Amino acid sequence: MPNPTRIEINCETGVESIIELTDAEVAELETAALIAEQERQALELKAENDAAAKAALLERLGITADEAKLLLA
Amino acid sequence: MANTFELIASTGAPSASVASLSFSSIPATFTDLVLILSIRSTSTNNYGSILFNGSSSGYTRRILYGNGSSAFSTSPTGYESLSINPSDSTASTFASYQMYIPNYAGSIYKSFSVDAVGENNGTTAQAIFHAGVWSNSAAITSLTITSGVGNIAQYSTAYLYGVNKNA
Repeated sequence: MPNPTRIEINCETGVESIIELTDAEVAELETAALIAEQERQALELKAENDAAAKAALLERLGITADEAKLLLA
Repeated sequence: MANTFELIASTGAPSASVASLSFSSIPATFTDLVLILSIRSTSTNNYGSILFNGSSSGYTRRILYGNGSSAFSTSPTGYESLSINPSDSTASTFASYQMYIPNYAGSIYKSFSVDAVGENNGTTAQAIFHAGVWSNSAAITSLTITSGVGNIAQYSTAYLYGVNKNA
């Protein structure tokens, strides 16, 4: 199975090239993918934690989200 | 006189998905660069990378993030400054992305800002602002755009503009 291709455009000449990735470039992409996945998971976890903390606070206060908005308005 | 924008080059993936899109040999004749993308991934991951001169190190960022159900800011350590429509967003939708790079050809560290929003006919879609710096004093001569996981989907496009500041 051939490696994926990349497209490069030379801004001086305007020439666009379609280039098959080398094995080293494929390995670099896999590393980048791993890092990106970790970052995505971290962002999702933070969003979930923030939402859970918000819900817990509202419950402790005994008010709804809309009532909290009224307080902060 | 107002600033003027000049299209330096455009590229995309018109016939199939690709691993990356890149602009090389960017001329140093402008004051700033603007990169505009309409972009989607072949994976469910919604982050990708834009590398300056192929470098994956030296990036520091602060992100303001909102998706319709939560909002926060964070300072990630990676270099994934590209927000991309994931493959599980509504079919045939693409994220709109703009990166501004002032003084890209100067000999100081390079700041950049990003304004991006995903597109999704669903409960949530992410909207993101980035403020960042690339701690490298080299002139930026190339930009490489990759999907964090998977490939850049077919019909994604990339436009690179140069900004002329007129006195």
